[in-house]
Amino acid sequence: MLKLKLNKITVKKLLKGINNESHIRIMEVCGTHTMAIAKAGIKQLLPANIELISGPGCPVCVTAQEDIERILILAKKREVIITTFGDMLRVPGSTGSLQEMQAQGADVRIVYSPLDAVNLARNNPEKEIVFLAVGFETTTPTVAFALEDAHKTGVDNFSIVCMHKLVIPALKALLSDQETEIHGFLLPGHVSTIIGTIPYEFIPREYQRACVVSGFEPGDILESILFISRQLENADYKVENQYKRGVKTEGNKIALEIMDKYFTPFNSLWRGMGEIKDSGLRLRPEYVQYDAIFKFGLQDTLVQLAPSGCICGNILKGILKPEECALFSKMCTPAFPVGPCMVSSEGACAASYYYAGGEVIGR
Amino acid sequence: MQPVIIMRGVKLLADERILLSHGAGGLKTQRLIREVFQKNLGNAYLQQELDSALIKFSSHKIAFTTDSYVVSPIFFPGGDIGKLSVCGTVNDLAVMGAKPLYLTLGLIIEEGLPVEELDKLMFSLGNTAREAGVQIVAGDTKVVEHGACDKIFINTSGIGIVPPNLDLRPQKMVPGDKIIVSGPVGNHGIAILAARESLDFSPPLASDCTYLNYLIDGVLNTGASIKCMRDPTRGGLATTLNELAQQANLGIKLHEEALPVQPQVKGACSMLGLDPLYLANEGKVIIVVANKDARQVLEEIRKYDIGKNASIIGEVTDAHCSKVVMETELGTLRVLRMLEGDPLPRIC
Repeated sequence: MLKLKLNKITVKKLLKGINNESHIRIMEVCGTHTMAIAKAGIKQLLPANIELISGPGCPVCVTAQEDIERILILAKKREVIITTFGDMLRVPGSTGSLQEMQAQGADVRIVYSPLDAVNLARNNPEKEIVFLAVGFETTTPTVAFALEDAHKTGVDNFSIVCMHKLVIPALKALLSDQETEIHGFLLPGHVSTIIGTIPYEFIPREYQRACVVSGFEPGDILESILFISRQLENADYKVENQYKRGVKTEGNKIALEIMDKYFTPFNSLWRGMGEIKDSGLRLRPEYVQYDAIFKFGLQDTLVQLAPSGCICGNILKGILKPEECALFSKMCTPAFPVGPCMVSSEGACAASYYYAGGEVIGR
Repeated sequence: MQPVIIMRGVKLLADERILLSHGAGGLKTQRLIREVFQKNLGNAYLQQELDSALIKFSSHKIAFTTDSYVVSPIFFPGGDIGKLSVCGTVNDLAVMGAKPLYLTLGLIIEEGLPVEELDKLMFSLGNTAREAGVQIVAGDTKVVEHGACDKIFINTSGIGIVPPNLDLRPQKMVPGDKIIVSGPVGNHGIAILAARESLDFSPPLASDCTYLNYLIDGVLNTGASIKCMRDPTRGGLATTLNELAQQANLGIKLHEEALPVQPQVKGACSMLGLDPLYLANEGKVIIVVANKDARQVLEEIRKYDIGKNASIIGEVTDAHCSKVVMETELGTLRVLRMLEGDPLPRIC
């Protein structure tokens, strides 16, 4: 792990270690990395042959449109209080966003933990509290703990819309997609605290790509890019752990166990990527009473098409960049988003929009 | 035994609640005015109990402003809606270079508010006004049904006198001018959020809510060439600087390492996915000053307790007109846009 504090001088020293001159395309899988890279202006520091592309690691961005439509139907019900992390509020559906429905009287509340939603259920026994469960392996365990809390204390007016996704199946899908050209992966630090580093080992073994599990400080990211560059230079492909202070090889056993207790994988729909085998989580049959979609009989909601002109799908696969979208920063802005990549604080379009640093001022 | 609020006629008790009839204009209204408002805010103007306050001015230039306060919760670490409604309006006057003198006070109260809470708020409001050297010269109270407002909404309007020949406008900015901020940013926004969501931070985060008129008066008395001043409230430092850059049609360049942000605010922000540069402040001023006078102004600000962490954070440039760009600690450049949307409603 990087010991020195980063400043203008130490950054230059660090970058001197990158000797690889071939064109390198590195995908940052995680949305938090996308934001950190944009915010720190890391692309401005890198030599021209290193290209960073954003991946499918923004949970709100990859949520399928049909899930959004179901949520909007739920929000219209008088007996329902929707609880959610802030990012879902502005994602547009065919009949508006949760925020617009809130203005029309829907009861939508932002929570900072799913446990708050269980407490809300406890305090409002006459209401059904629906939590929008979005996120990768980082957030899923906390939802499982909330379910455990509700289950053990007999809270039966709490349910979730389960939209959890898994990182590994998405990486497999990306790697088998011929269109996506990626030489190395900046692997998600937070997800890896849960799943560990072993599940990534198929990437160097079967696909000969460089892999580094990275922390989120600018110094972590730069050092991880240096590691990827070295792996490629030496054709020594492996899973390196740059984020040792957070990630253990075997992950977090307790979190994995409670996830497994409540959830089971199924073939899930990803925005732009379609259905990916075993890439989503749903509640196990014995806990289906906590599934809001089942509870309200919304399994057969019609699939709505993604908004026309929006290329979020190809952005999530790393094929196109936000600036290549005709809607970007014209029709589609964070205040009036067309696609979810512009809504989420982890979305590639929002990152490009907010922190376009070098590009905008012509550096 | 019930604590008694004031000794006069039929007494208001501390556990009494505001009723619609307290706003009806009759005896109950009169009692409320005398026993809560006059007690806490009283002065010669209010005691006249006339329909308007009569104020004499000679040929001064007058600054006149208004602001409404709807913050939730009404009591928060570092302040309350009463203190805030004085500081906010006093600061709006002060950044125009005016000496704040008189405030009006409009209250919209939800029925059911305990009189004790109202009394506490008016005590705090009265104290803040006295400390800031302003008088509440007129007021109005309306009570609305339960649910029609949230506990209490306050409007204050304020009048101040502007010294002759003082002319503060963004259009006076020129390339090379320095940007000074009077202290760490983001505290108010994060303190409100923490209070509202019961997020406990240790050490606790308090709002920076305070009046800036004495500090600003000190700055103006240095004789330095001040171009303009703003208090970066809603939208935070980044949004306020964008407004200045647009109005001046010049660029502003900031230096990340010079930006004062308290470590606990930084920590809370990274946990919650917020940016302190976009969070509200209620006791900070941005001063644009000629390069040659910047040091002197900084030293003056640092004499005040509320200004001891002031910093020169950047300068005016003609390089990227009407944009605010920050040089990060790594030496990269980041464009700071105006705030889009509203991450935290009802913070002031």
